[in-house]
Amino acid sequence: MSGPRYYPQPYEGGTAALAQVQEEIVPALVETFGDGVEPIEPSFDQPQVKVAPGRLAAVAQWLKDRGFNMLVDVGGVDYLPRTPRFEVVYHLLALPRLWRLRLRVPVEESAPEVPTVSHLWPAADPAEREVWDLFGIRFEGHPRLSRILMPDDWVGHPLRKDYPLQGPRAGLPRMAADRNRYHAPKLPGHPPGTTGLPGGAKGGK
Amino acid sequence: MSTNNQFFLTSVEKFVRWAQKSSMWPLTFGLACCAIEMMQLVSPRYDMAQFGGEVFRSTPRQADLMIVSGRLSNKMVPVIEQVYRQMPDPKWVVAMGACASSGGIFDNYAIVQGVDEVIPVDIYVPGCPPTPDAVVYAVLQLHDAILKGQAPGGVMRA
Repeated sequence: MSGPRYYPQPYEGGTAALAQVQEEIVPALVETFGDGVEPIEPSFDQPQVKVAPGRLAAVAQWLKDRGFNMLVDVGGVDYLPRTPRFEVVYHLLALPRLWRLRLRVPVEESAPEVPTVSHLWPAADPAEREVWDLFGIRFEGHPRLSRILMPDDWVGHPLRKDYPLQGPRAGLPRMAADRNRYHAPKLPGHPPGTTGLPGGAKGGK
Repeated sequence: MSTNNQFFLTSVEKFVRWAQKSSMWPLTFGLACCAIEMMQLVSPRYDMAQFGGEVFRSTPRQADLMIVSGRLSNKMVPVIEQVYRQMPDPKWVVAMGACASSGGIFDNYAIVQGVDEVIPVDIYVPGCPPTPDAVVYAVLQLHDAILKGQAPGGVMRA
C-alpha cells in the first residue's frame, strides 16, 4: 500500500478496461450516433459522454447490446442557473469486463423529460422514481412514475436548488416558546382540545 | 408486636400512581442515533431495571412509555400517530434529544420540528445525543411527576 487513497482506484485490470472504453467504445458511439453523443473529458474515475435526450433510448440499447449489463445508478443534477438546467447521469458497468461508462443527459427546464431505460435495466425503476421525486424530471415510458422518498401528496421537488430548504414552512415565523402545536389551535378536522387521540381528553386540555 | 397487626393507610389514587410509576415499560421506538444511547438504558452500566423499566416492549399494546429517540420525518408521522394510539392509557412520552424536542439541526422540509407537533410530550431531554444518564434522570423526573399527580398520562401539568 502506498500512502492514503483519497478516491477509489480502479481495481486490478480496471485501468486497462477503462482505457478500452475510452479508446474503442466512445469513438464507436460517436461514429454510430453522430451529434447525439458528444465525447467529454473523462473524469478521474471513468470515461463519460454527453448524450442528447432524444437519442438516449437508442444509445442505451446500443450499449446494453455491447455488454453493459449493469446500471449502477441514475442520478439527477441541478446546475441552476445554467441552461440546460438539469442533467440526468447514468453509471453503466459491464461485467465481467469491468468496463465503466458515464452518460450525462442534459435536460431543459422547460421540458424536463427523458426516456426511461427501466425496460433495459430494471434497476432504473426505483432510481428514476427518485430522480422524478426530488428533481421533477419525468421519465417517458416509466411503468409507474410515483414518489418514492417524499410523501405521495408532497408538492414540489426538494433537491431543486430553487426549492426552499424549509419547504412549506419557508417564510413562516418560528412558533414562540409556547409553540407546542398540541395545545395550540388544531388542524382542520381535529376535535377542539385534542388531536383526536385516545387519552387526549385527559392530556390535551 | 406481631406482624399481623401492621398496616398503613393510603388513598387509592396514590396507590395507583405508585403502581404506575414503579413499572413503566418503554416502547422499542428508535428513530435515529439517539436510539443507540437509549439502548444503554437497559445495559448493565445504567440498568433501568432498578427503576422498574427495563422491559422494552416491541408492541405498543404493552408499553407505557414512548421514548422518541431521534428526528421524526414527515413521512413517519402517520406511523408515530398510530403507534401512540395503540398504546394503552395511561401513557407517557419522552422527547429524547434536540431533534425530537425541536427538530434540532434539521430545520428543513423533511423533518417535523419537534414531536410535540404530533403527540403530547411529557419530558424533553436536551442533548445531541443526551447521555443515558440524562434519559434516566428524565424518567426519574417523570416518576416524580406521576407520584405527585402532575403527569396523569397525556401531558404533564404544572
